[in-house]
Amino acid sequence: MKLEDKELLDNIKLLNQYKGIVNIMEVCGTHTVAISKSGLRQALPTNINLIAGPGCPVCVTPDIYLDYVYELALKDDIIIVTYGDMIRVPGSQPEHTLEKAKSRGAEVKIVYSSIDALQIAKQNPNKKVVFLGIGFETTAPATAIAIIEAEKLNIDNFYIISMHKIVEPVMRALLEDEELSIDGFICPGHVAVIIGEKGFKFLEKYNSIGVIAGFEPGNIAKALVEIIHSKETSDYVLKNVYSKLVRKERNLIAKGIINKVFKIENDIWRGLGLIENSGLKLREEYDRFNIESIFPVNYGSNEKNKACQCGDVLKGKIRPNQCKLFGETCTPDYPIGPCMVSGEGSCAAYYRYNF
Amino acid sequence: MKKLEETISLSFGNGGEKTSKLIEQIILPAIGNDALNLLGDGAILNTAGAIAFSTDSFVIYPLVFPGGDIGKLSVCGTVNDLLMCGSIPKFLSLSFIIEEGYSFKELKKIMASINNAAAEAGVKIVTGDTKVVDKGHGHGLYINTAGIGERIQGVELGKNRISVGDKVIVSGNVGNHGISILCARENFIDSTIESDCAVLNEVVLAILKYGTEVKLLRDPTRGGVATTLNEFTEGMDYSIELIENDIPIDLTVKTACDLLGLDPLYSANEGKVLAVVSESIAASLIEDLEKLKLGKDAAIIGEVVSYVEGKVILKTNLGGKRILDKLNNDILPRIC
Repeated sequence: MKLEDKELLDNIKLLNQYKGIVNIMEVCGTHTVAISKSGLRQALPTNINLIAGPGCPVCVTPDIYLDYVYELALKDDIIIVTYGDMIRVPGSQPEHTLEKAKSRGAEVKIVYSSIDALQIAKQNPNKKVVFLGIGFETTAPATAIAIIEAEKLNIDNFYIISMHKIVEPVMRALLEDEELSIDGFICPGHVAVIIGEKGFKFLEKYNSIGVIAGFEPGNIAKALVEIIHSKETSDYVLKNVYSKLVRKERNLIAKGIINKVFKIENDIWRGLGLIENSGLKLREEYDRFNIESIFPVNYGSNEKNKACQCGDVLKGKIRPNQCKLFGETCTPDYPIGPCMVSGEGSCAAYYRYNF
Repeated sequence: MKKLEETISLSFGNGGEKTSKLIEQIILPAIGNDALNLLGDGAILNTAGAIAFSTDSFVIYPLVFPGGDIGKLSVCGTVNDLLMCGSIPKFLSLSFIIEEGYSFKELKKIMASINNAAAEAGVKIVTGDTKVVDKGHGHGLYINTAGIGERIQGVELGKNRISVGDKVIVSGNVGNHGISILCARENFIDSTIESDCAVLNEVVLAILKYGTEVKLLRDPTRGGVATTLNEFTEGMDYSIELIENDIPIDLTVKTACDLLGLDPLYSANEGKVLAVVSESIAASLIEDLEKLKLGKDAAIIGEVVSYVEGKVILKTNLGGKRILDKLNNDILPRIC
């Protein structure tokens, strides 16, 4: 047996010996999926309560942006370029998805890299090519690099809509919510690659336990053991079990690129409302790459299905299968909210993997 | 005989002189036989006893990919479907929808592939059709094949024959075709992964030697192993439990999927068989398959269970269980 597999099984045994009740939030959607997909959730005792948090960037994108992108896609001179998850996410209406827009004649292309979006712009000089900038600090540098390259190469038909968000403000909002009872956080490893251990040190000021973890089940199990140990010893110093990739300090180059292109502004989060200083928007000097300056977003438009409890799921107040719409009205085939349709959405993970 | 032009124009589909030229100079030289050469409206055939009948259409892009092309695939697809029905494939029909502007040189290569695959499968192409459509339609070339196979005696396949305790077998490594096509089409990564596209006569006949101990066969094409096994369990009072560690996957396929955020269990296969068989013959069947070129990686990957109904459950490497759902939408690469 490989050493890391033995360590994983030993940690699972340890976790099953723990008799206390502990509430742990996995902030990042990729952690939610990894925990479900690997079967780790079923391998843990029920007194260890794993709560899915708001770290799925698609899940926290509000309807105003989704409706906006849908309408934009249907314009004749627009090509939408996006990462894959966004294709099926519904806006205020189930029909408002990029997949449906594509079937109505919209040009929508999926890419793995923001630089591919630049290529598409070069190949289609008569169209406005709009890249959907979505994700946390992990993907913001890639969007920024595309803007910097577009400026260097004088590409005048490349645009972005920035829906990028940052993780610290939403975690602070959770910690300041008196209704929530979270003993510790599994902190997103890939965000930590950019912002360093330093980026999560704020948790110590709240006396909240945080462990930075990667996405293999072994690393996640190790993080869970650390959280429980920290709880039992009242040790609130931030831990890092993903040290092969996460350093103490932030990645200065990535941070530099983000700061060059983006400024921090208040932003709207699905189900959580307005969170101050939580969004990344293009700086004025890059305004010519901002599609919002040509087609403004309607920030006053309607809210959607009132029965949708995505907000409570994202805050960890209810499990996905406790939402009234889960599994009956809201399914991966017919999603009401993004949590169900995104590959990393908590509801989709519960629906697909749990029984 | 006048030399043909380089590309196909609309007039080659009008049923007149040019169509005849296309058939005589491209199609018959590649796949002609005593039945097809008659060029009748249909073929008069003799078969021994009950038959199986199947059809499939092929709209794959790119038309040529690592490990094959649309021609080879169009033969393998229908031949394999007939084999999964428990029949020996005998005859195929072959219909082309060609986009105006497609090159004759490319069409000849496709015809050669069709001929090679048909010869390997032991089938005759006995009737066909050719249409040509306007530029901008047809993506180069679409193909439909339909086929007739002679039912094999002593074999009875169906979901209702499956019992708790039966074993699930796969004939080899899974996920290759889907991933190879995705990489060839989108150029996401530099990949050497080839499609597993192949006719499965030898493999299926080796399985069917076990007669009524074989309960069901299917080739896990679109939607992969996960979707096909869900078709086995849907609406039934049993489920299938798979052991993740036992499912054979090429390391290159696994790595490509990890990089691209995809799951090999949902990636199409065009040269593999899933079989549900009695527990008593499973081990012996694996030994037989391992001696074959297309069965050397065969494995028992799961069994039929009764603790839940109508599902496919995956027992993961760390002993947890999760549901392996049907593919409900295209597999999409993730954001981060």
